[in-house]
Amino acid sequence: MSALTTEPRRTRGGAGTPDRVNVLYDAPGPRARRRNAVFTVLVIVAALVAGYTMVVKLNDKHQLDPALWTPFLRGDVWVNLILPGLLNTLSAAAVAALIAVPFGFVLGIGRLADHPWIRVPAGVVVEFFRAIPLLVMIFAVMYGGSAVFGLTVTPFTAVVIGLVLYNGSVLAEIVRAGIQSIPRGQSEAALAVGLRKGQVMRMILLPQAVTAMMPAIVAQLVVLLKDTALGFIVSFEDLLNAGARVLPSNFNNLIPSVIVIAIVYIIINLIVGAFATWLERRSRRSRRTSAKPIEPPGAIVVPGSPTGVSAVD
Amino acid sequence: MQALFDEFPVIVGAFWLTIRLTLAGGALALVLGTVLAGMRVSPLPVLRGIGTAYVNILRNTPLTLVIVFCGLGLGLVLDVSFSTSLSTNYLWLSIIGLSAYTAAFVCEAIRAGINTVPLGQAEAARAIGLTFFQNLRLIVLPQALRAVIAPLGSILIALTKNTTIAAAIGVGEASLTMKTLFESHGDAVVPIFFGFAMGFLILTLPTGLLFTWLSRRLAVVR
Repeated sequence: MSALTTEPRRTRGGAGTPDRVNVLYDAPGPRARRRNAVFTVLVIVAALVAGYTMVVKLNDKHQLDPALWTPFLRGDVWVNLILPGLLNTLSAAAVAALIAVPFGFVLGIGRLADHPWIRVPAGVVVEFFRAIPLLVMIFAVMYGGSAVFGLTVTPFTAVVIGLVLYNGSVLAEIVRAGIQSIPRGQSEAALAVGLRKGQVMRMILLPQAVTAMMPAIVAQLVVLLKDTALGFIVSFEDLLNAGARVLPSNFNNLIPSVIVIAIVYIIINLIVGAFATWLERRSRRSRRTSAKPIEPPGAIVVPGSPTGVSAVD
Repeated sequence: MQALFDEFPVIVGAFWLTIRLTLAGGALALVLGTVLAGMRVSPLPVLRGIGTAYVNILRNTPLTLVIVFCGLGLGLVLDVSFSTSLSTNYLWLSIIGLSAYTAAFVCEAIRAGINTVPLGQAEAARAIGLTFFQNLRLIVLPQALRAVIAPLGSILIALTKNTTIAAAIGVGEASLTMKTLFESHGDAVVPIFFGFAMGFLILTLPTGLLFTWLSRRLAVVR
């Protein structure tokens, strides 16, 4: 069994040049090549028509006026309006990640404890926070904080606590899977030479597991970064807030500014995602661990398919 | 606690909206995701490029931004209208956002499923003269879809939780209703929260069990 689409196959198609041909279709002959060319032209024409319709529609609504787009060429707009939002997004993500990772380790190791009075509560916490939508958690922290404890919870705090509880629980599952991916013989051997349970975890299992789960953890951090945008709903002044509230109220340019902000998010996430992929390749080669890189929970894992590090959220 | 019982019909109504958002968004995402997966394995580089670009853009954009773009951008600025009723219109705009976002994940799941179909199957299909389309429709996709039922279940559960983000454009599903109830019953925040948490557990746990059962029952025996 091998992959249908990822396997490059050599054919004798073009004078000795290796051709990447998919097994779902034959190497195109003269007629198929003509047909493909016709279809390619049709697709391009359709795309152009769709693009033209969109431009006309945007123009009708005066969304292509230069006045709506030129603010993005001004340094002060970026420095005063966009960067503060970006900074808030990044600091919320960084604070949440710094707390969520240790939280995830504690919960994940807790779920593997021998004592039921540690294992069961850790399991309940993880399953509960994984099943509750993040936005519901954020609302609960905001309103619960003031109603139950009489505290004023800032949007920043609510977003960070929500992110920590949800992502910490997801990370706990990654940690558990990472530790369980170490062959049993390792901990059996360690126990046999007289190490205590804590020592086995600290000296044998964790150092290897961390290498195996690093890519999944970084992939989850992309999800965490994306989820900071939920803060927009509770008036957290993040990057999305800059794009959907601040800029439009200054320049009345909602569509241009949402598009520009989306590009900023995409660039940041692609960088973090590329880092996760790089880590995965590196840990796949690593000889410091006996475990293969593990998948993020809920990742698209199909037996026989090549692994990836994209988490579902 | 009393507030929870008093507002029970409101809560059930809110979750009914959550269910409708999930089902409509899921159905659209399945169709769009399958089409995208077909594009990503097609013989035409243009189609492959469009599919890849779509998936990479949507997967790396926060869903809140997608929904805000649909609600405010399409709805308010561009006057895209599905209904004369304002709330129905925002409902459909949020369904578009949810399904456009989820389709990227469905596409990746189905593409992973296509990779599980043994090479010989597609080769045999080509050998008896099936075209790319027939090959995909008759041989590869039926097996690929059956292989990815469990991942599609995870995506549906994620979608159920993601419908809460429709609150960003004022769709009164479960999370927004919870917020409204928090405001009107300031003394009952804890029971209301656990009531809604329970509601989401009731929606997501059986979905997970159902899809695990389906994936085992419909698995392709090889």
